[in-house]
Amino acid sequence: MIMESIIFPTVKGMAEEDYFSGSQEILHFFDLMSPPLLGVEGGGRGNAPLMSSSASVDCISQSGLGLKERNYLGLSDCSSVDSSGVSNVSEENKSNLNLKATELRLGLPGSRSPERDSDFILLSSDKLDEKQLFPLLPSKDGICSLMQKSIVSGNKRGFSDTMDGFSEKKCSVFAEGKWMFNATGSDSGTPQSVIEAKLAGNAGKNVILSNNSSGTQPTMKKEVPTRALQEGHNKMNGSNNNSSAPAAKAQVVGWPPIRSFRKNTLATTLKTNDEVDGKPVPGALFVKVSMDGAPYLRKVDLRTYSTYQELSSALEKMFMCFTIRQCGSQEAPGREMMGENKFKDLVHGSDYVLTFEDKDGDWMLVGDVPWEMFIESCKRLKIMKGSDAIGLAPRAMEKSKNQN
Amino acid sequence: MINYFPEEVLEQVFSFLTSHRDRNVVSLVCKSWYNVERFSRGKVFIGNCYAISPERLISRFPRVRSLTLKGKPHFADFNLVPRDWGGYVYPWIEAMAKGCTNLEELRLKRMSVSDESLQLIAKSFPNFKSLVLVSCEGFTTDGLAAVASNCRFLRELDLQENEVEDRRGQWLSCFPDSCTSLASLNFACLEGEVNLAALERLVARCRNLKSLRLNHAVTPDILQKILALAPQLVDLGAGSFVHDPESEIYNKLKNVMQKCSSIRSLSGFLDVNARCLPAIYPICTNLTSLNLSYAPGIYNKELVKIIRKCKKLQCLWILDTIGDKGLSVVASTCKELQELRVFPSDRNGVGNAAITGEGLVAISAVTMQPLDEGFGAIVQSCKGLKRLSVSGLLTDQVFLYIGMYAEQLEMLSIAFAGNSDKGMMYVLNGCKKLKKLEIRDSPFGNKALLADTGKYETMQSLWMSSCKVTFGACKTLAEKMPRLNVEIINEGDEMEGGPDDRQSVEKMYLYRTLVGPRKDAPDSVWTL
Repeated sequence: MIMESIIFPTVKGMAEEDYFSGSQEILHFFDLMSPPLLGVEGGGRGNAPLMSSSASVDCISQSGLGLKERNYLGLSDCSSVDSSGVSNVSEENKSNLNLKATELRLGLPGSRSPERDSDFILLSSDKLDEKQLFPLLPSKDGICSLMQKSIVSGNKRGFSDTMDGFSEKKCSVFAEGKWMFNATGSDSGTPQSVIEAKLAGNAGKNVILSNNSSGTQPTMKKEVPTRALQEGHNKMNGSNNNSSAPAAKAQVVGWPPIRSFRKNTLATTLKTNDEVDGKPVPGALFVKVSMDGAPYLRKVDLRTYSTYQELSSALEKMFMCFTIRQCGSQEAPGREMMGENKFKDLVHGSDYVLTFEDKDGDWMLVGDVPWEMFIESCKRLKIMKGSDAIGLAPRAMEKSKNQN
Repeated sequence: MINYFPEEVLEQVFSFLTSHRDRNVVSLVCKSWYNVERFSRGKVFIGNCYAISPERLISRFPRVRSLTLKGKPHFADFNLVPRDWGGYVYPWIEAMAKGCTNLEELRLKRMSVSDESLQLIAKSFPNFKSLVLVSCEGFTTDGLAAVASNCRFLRELDLQENEVEDRRGQWLSCFPDSCTSLASLNFACLEGEVNLAALERLVARCRNLKSLRLNHAVTPDILQKILALAPQLVDLGAGSFVHDPESEIYNKLKNVMQKCSSIRSLSGFLDVNARCLPAIYPICTNLTSLNLSYAPGIYNKELVKIIRKCKKLQCLWILDTIGDKGLSVVASTCKELQELRVFPSDRNGVGNAAITGEGLVAISAVTMQPLDEGFGAIVQSCKGLKRLSVSGLLTDQVFLYIGMYAEQLEMLSIAFAGNSDKGMMYVLNGCKKLKKLEIRDSPFGNKALLADTGKYETMQSLWMSSCKVTFGACKTLAEKMPRLNVEIINEGDEMEGGPDDRQSVEKMYLYRTLVGPRKDAPDSVWTL
């Protein structure tokens, strides 16, 4: 479920610029004037003289000074000298690996541009300090032209760690096309880096790229329709198990949220809308829909449909997942198609019969009366199994017999 | 060479700089530029009212004319922040009243505004022109009356989504007859009655009125009179749109609306009889902005009919009663659409069946796969993305993508997502322009919090609630970073003896500041 919307940059309303934002911008201004990379260790301090001209400004700029030092060097924010730092992380190189990953610029998913191959060629690996990071130079395709060094640093990561415990589902792979690694003199002591990429979905293939210090250039198999490089999530297994918990919680609590103001306003508005000229004119007509055997009910707005056919297809889509599971548990998995066929026509029923409860509390077959009359009297809906509906839907049973 | 530029010339050049960022940059070049800039800066934006004090603002920018202030954390919109948390505007008004009386514009968001503040504004700033309050609370219509009575040159009074106690007073009639300068009036969020005759007279004498948003107390018969008086309106928010479509009044409304050819933006319809809606069809063709998100009374068929006529629409806010089919009508009709927001119509936010979703949601629901790839694709393709909210079935992977690709991202909201500290660390490490990060109910803990404490000084604020951060880690962070205020919001009653360091913190809000811990925090908020 997506929160209200993804809010693209809009011009109107309050500007999101921050009072302090300027101090970050100034970094780029100076970046253009000076060599891109300076020394790493303690290099931050070395730049202080550059800033001294503005040292006389008040504290606002001085806090900006702090900001400048950080970004000016292209130091990762995670490498600030006073922070506990990534290196303190108990998981040694793995965390570095993952954090460095945020600096990578891989190709767009699904893009197969061959130029990218050259971008991936590694130059000779420098002695890379873990703290060194690279200013991200925007380039076409969003590929950082310095990324090759990042990959080299990947060599240090101990890719062997990525070999175990890869989950089947979670790995998603970005760059298609060829990956070529040419790492010479890797200083990690690991002569081989292995990038194991499993593909999302049911392909289940393992694509292994190995990187020899001799500089061979393996290529990634191209058959796979999907994507990129999995950056060593050795906790992916764990992630599988945890992922269901957040979703369940989300449903329970009612996130994505509505703002309280909106909630309150709509509450009042809905009340007043109900009486207009003495006739009720509700905006939406929500009724519960239950289905035998389903773990929870759904609600539909009858006003969004204008025919029985529309209602039937919508309910079909909504409840299809339950029938598939039922099929799957009893029969062989490849029979999902059966589930669809079973659902072909809820109203005229094959295995299921659609019924509704009217104002008098009686359970009626859906489809007998004109649509407008139906939505006025319908209080709730129920999808019954055909076998339960004997007596309730004689027509349905006849039809299904005829179809079968 | 720069030194030989006379300051007047510099000032003239700087007067073309309107963006805050440009001006901030310029002021860092040298001392002389800093001084010229600071005396010429008229508009100041402060994203967090506790990051700096009003006195320092005034001493640096003595000639500020327009001030924008934001107070409470964004999650206050969803009731996650206690009502008495803070964000009081009074100290700012007080300071400005002493040191900077040429204030003309005040824009406040999520602040606590008292009637005293409004009265002080009304008394202290002779040139006051514009008051915009968004999602604020704490004031009543008495405060509005003070502003209406005393601000002789008031051009704009814009109240958006505020909680206002309606004292059934006569605030509208407090606009003196001599007030003819109003160009924008928005009181849609007021719940009470207004003096309709006074409203008519006000509209009649304000010939520059361009934007008018009414509350539900303004009925169609008044609306048609107002529109007859103000055919120059560009932005209209209808209040109540309920009437007998057979009546004479409705006829008049239809006729007068046909003449309102300047209207480009339409909103409201807080109460609506759908059969009256055809009256707006003539103006649909020119609309660039349509907000029907507060109009649950318009159901699907009518919505679609309206949208089919709005071919020039650029901005559409709508309820999810529009349904999938309705959205495809939007797609095929509104070729110039730039912004689309779909709001849930069910009060509890639980989705109904109307929007089943192509796209991310549908895939996830059917396959039970995480939404990582979908959001990953979004942050990759939308290179200018500045703000993103994610929730749903999401693992650390999505945060890896966000860290890698969302280069321009400034604000990120996370709920019920992620698997481990890595998720948060990806974001903190990768999003260089990140300003605001707000997280709830996600498994991020101390390691992520403390991995890069320096990062928080580059950001405006961080909110974490129902995560795995402990009290001890927050204390460590606060000790290490004196220029951050680390606030623990504790609404329970565990105050006695102080919490254990190993205890999880329910709500933490930290932000950078130049002025140290604030003095107006309630008992439930501790600054470490």
